[in-house]
Parts: sequence; C-alpha cells; structure tokens
Amino acid sequence: MKEIGVNGLDANQPHASRHKKTQFSRRRLQANLEGYLFAAPWLIGFFVFVFVPFFSSFWYSLNQWDMVTPMRFVGAQNYIRLFQNDIFWKSTQVTLAYAAMSLPATLALAMLLALLVNRQNPLTLFFRGVFFIPAVASGVAIAVLWRWLFNPEFGLINYALSLIGIEGPMWLASERWALPAMAIMALWGVGATMLIYLAGLQSVPQHLYEAADLDGANKIQSLWHVTLPMMSPTIFYTIVLGVIGALQVFTQAYVMTRGGPNFATYFYVYNLYEEAFVKFRMGYASALAWVLFIAILVLTLVQFRLAGRWVYYEAGD
Amino acid sequence: MNLSTGANTLRRIKLSEILHYGVLIGLGMLFIVPFYWMVITSFKTPGQAYLFPPSWIPNPFSLDAYLMLWGTAIPFDLFIRNTLIIVAFNVLGTLLSCTLVAFAFARLNWWFRDFWFIVLLATLMLPYHVTIIPVYVIFRQLGWLDTYLPLIVPAFFGNAFYIFLIRQFFLTIPKDLEDAARVDGAGSLRILWQIFIPNSMPVLLTVMLFAFVASWNDFFGPLLYLRRLEQMTVSVGLSMFAGYRSPNWPAIMAASTLSVMPIVLLFILFQRYFVKGIVLTGMKG
Repeated sequence: MKEIGVNGLDANQPHASRHKKTQFSRRRLQANLEGYLFAAPWLIGFFVFVFVPFFSSFWYSLNQWDMVTPMRFVGAQNYIRLFQNDIFWKSTQVTLAYAAMSLPATLALAMLLALLVNRQNPLTLFFRGVFFIPAVASGVAIAVLWRWLFNPEFGLINYALSLIGIEGPMWLASERWALPAMAIMALWGVGATMLIYLAGLQSVPQHLYEAADLDGANKIQSLWHVTLPMMSPTIFYTIVLGVIGALQVFTQAYVMTRGGPNFATYFYVYNLYEEAFVKFRMGYASALAWVLFIAILVLTLVQFRLAGRWVYYEAGD
Repeated sequence: MNLSTGANTLRRIKLSEILHYGVLIGLGMLFIVPFYWMVITSFKTPGQAYLFPPSWIPNPFSLDAYLMLWGTAIPFDLFIRNTLIIVAFNVLGTLLSCTLVAFAFARLNWWFRDFWFIVLLATLMLPYHVTIIPVYVIFRQLGWLDTYLPLIVPAFFGNAFYIFLIRQFFLTIPKDLEDAARVDGAGSLRILWQIFIPNSMPVLLTVMLFAFVASWNDFFGPLLYLRRLEQMTVSVGLSMFAGYRSPNWPAIMAASTLSVMPIVLLFILFQRYFVKGIVLTGMKG
C-alpha cells in the first residue's frame, strides 16, 4: 500500500528534491496512519463480523457439522439435499405467498395514507405519528398483541366480525387463516413505507400538477397521470424492499405460531433458525443462508438496473 | 361568472375535504384501536378479559397485571433493567465508533478510502441472517454465550448505515472552520470533538434514537445468545411469557405495554429525527 502512494507522488512531482519528497511522504504516511486509526473500529468490525463470516458461511455450507463432532466435507451435498427437501419448498412457498398477499394491500394502503397526510396542519401531523408508531414499536410486543386480537373466542377481531354477522375463523390456529392473519397484521406496520411515499410525493415537481390542472385534469386524473408515474421508481423500490423483507420474516413466525399449524407459517428464516439453532445442522443451515443471500442479491441488482430505466422512461414521456 | 356554479364548486371542494378528513380520521381510529385494546386489557382482571362481548372500559380498573410483573416468577423489572444495560452500551458504542469512522470517511485522506467506502455501502445489502451462523460460532468459541458481550461488543465496531448517515452530514460542514482550527494547531480528534460533534447534533440524535430502538427491540440476538431467565431482555422475556400454555392476557398486555411505552415516548418527543432517518433509509437505494 505504501508503494502505491509513493509512486503516485513521484508521478505528480517529478522535480521535487529528495529531501522534500521524504518529508512529504512522511506527512502522507502520517495522514494515512491517522485515517486508518479513525476507521479502525469499522475496518476491524468488517473483517471479524462480515468478511470472515461471509466466507466461512460458504465453507460451512460445503460441510456437515453439528458443532460437537468434527466437520466433514460433503461438497455440494447440502445444496442437493436442500432442493430435494419438502420443508425447504414449503417455507419458500409460505414466504412468497405471504409477500403476494401482504404486499399489494400494504403498498396501496401506504400510498393512500401518504396522500391523506400530505398536508401541513396539526391534525395531519398527529395522524402521521399515529400511522408511523406501529412501525417502530417492538416486533415481539406487536406479535403478542395481535395474538390477543386474533384470539378466536375473546379477541377483538372476531368480536368485530360477529357484529356484522360473520363467525370469525380460528385465525392463528387454522392452517388456512394463519398466514392471511399475518398479512393483515402487516397492514398495521405500513408506517415506514408511508413515510417513503410521503417524501416521494413531496418531491414531485409542482409545475406538473399546474400543467395537468391547465389541461383540465381533475384530482383523480392527475393522481393517475402525474403522481403515480412520477412515483414509479419509489413504488418499485418499495416492492423490492417488501419482498426482501418477507424473505427475512422471523419474529412473527416464532412468537405467534412457531411456524405452525402444520407448517402454514414456516417462513424461510424460521426454517433457517430451526435448522441452525434448534437442530444444530450448521452445514445445511449455512446452505439455506447462501440461497437466501443469492436471492436477495438478485433482487437488489434487478432493483438497481430497473430503477434507473424507469426514471428515464417517465421523464421522456 | 354564474353565481350558482361558483357555489357548486365551493360545495364540491367542501365535500372532497369532508371525505378526505373523514377517511383520515376513520383510518386513524383503526390504527389506534389495537394500542387502545392493549392498554385497556392490561388494566383488566383476567375475568374481565374473558368477557363476551368485550368491554371497552375496564371496570374495576385493576393494577394487578402490572404488580404481577414486579419481582415475581416473571421478573419483568429485571428484564427492563437488563435491557437498559444492553441499550446503554449499544448507544454509547455506536456513537463512539460511528463518529470516528464517519470522520475518517468525510474528512481524512487515506489510501483506498473510496474503495472502503464502496465496501461499506455494499455491506448494507448483506442480510443479517447470511453471516449469523459463523458469528454465533465465533462468540461460542470466545466463550461469550450466556453473557451480554455478543449483544454489546459489535456496537463498538461501527454500523455501516449509521456511519453513512453521519458521514453525509459531516460533508456539509464548511471546511474553513476546520482549516482555521488546523492553523491553530488542533489535531483531528480535537477538530472532531470541538467542531464536528457540536455541529452535528441532529444526525447524532437520529443515530442515537435508531440505536436505542434497535437494541431495545432486538429479539433474534438475545434469543440466540442468552439462556438464563435472570439475564433475559424485555423482548425475549415477553415472548417466553406469552408462550405459556394458559396465558394470562392482562399480564401479557401489561408487559407488552411496558415494552412499547419507551419507544412511543421517544417517538413523541423526537418525531422529527425519526422521520428524517426513515426517509434517508428509503432514499438509500
């Protein structure tokens, strides 16, 4: 590293005297030392908690290991077993079904709320807070609270349904309704998405609305032809973020149902947790972690590629 | 202009306003109801909680559920104390490490700085669960299981997102302030302490709040690393408590209320700083 710096200096100052050069490079060395010292906490943390674990996780995934008996190299066997495993496919299906159920409703609600609170007065500011607080409250407390709300006999939700003459299902105890129940609960956590949309709404140039108004567009038309197209990169971003979020659901599954009934809420990361920290099948669980990593990487790259294109498209329209 | 069409437009505007605020308040109520339900259940006796149809106001107003959590079989007072210890170290460690590193990225010149900055941004995309198994193995080999160290020590090694936030803020601080101090012979640490930190209170407060909330709410970490009841944090304690075969719902709701309350209070006091942080998270992509 030192050599590169000195070479760079030589190229820049070919006529500098030898004395000046050593003095200068000593100062340069000192500045470097200082920079690395200040950055040291993160650099060390990066190596110990990210870089090394990242690659050892891949190494584990090629081994069979229960943390008691020595590691045994098995090559790609964990990956082969994974793709032949019914629970892996079930958990993937549960995760994607949850994303498909909860995302459209969540994003639509977030957009509606953002439109509703996009004004500056005390009442809307108050409701911004109301809509946002569930998004920062403890995940466990929320999961526990919704277990109570979904209680089939004494819960508020089945009481509300009984008022309109519907006999509510068993919710979390029902194989059919447990996952939809979690999707309903997710609606309550739209606050963060609402704030992202609110920031997006406030960055739509005002003159576009004025132009639409001049063309005789009503509110709904300008929402459809101005707001939504201008927001499309933000919307797409929140879709990708939502899928990535679904791929990492754990707390609800653990606190509300333990993945049940009959694997109905056996989310991907819940499966990973069970394999790694209950059954201690570290090799197989690491293979699960790597498949998750690849999935999230692909989603992130797609997001980067498409987001750029979408902005261009809308601006050219 | 015709008078009657004018009145019509006015009426239409008013109607759309009524609709707007009607929907806003209606949805707002729906969002408040779960919290209201949590709090009133916590003031009921178990008998009242199992009434159908449910009552909206506890009668009598009972504090039994809260008293049950104090120094009994479910020592929630202890869980709160434990969590506060972990939170305090997390906030301290995060602020300390992240300001130093952010300063290095914003103001110091060192080889490969820009390369490391890209690495820092790349780690933001790495999901927590991908590295968790080897990290667990490291802490196990260090003999740190059943201690708070795995939940505290990482905070002292910086957090990519907070470093990024603070760096962006540091970049906006005018360079002349710093140059003047350098001429007076101040070193980097003094400049950081006397110029950058006092001028960056908004972003530092945002980071502090986020670090507080993240470690107060953390569930996966304590679930993995802690096993003894007397060590438990609020989140794991609550999930254990709620997992009992015959749940005492008023007591569980009291515990939930206690675990949500600090966050709600912080939010009410510092709403502005939370919102700024969330919006920046959204802009990150």
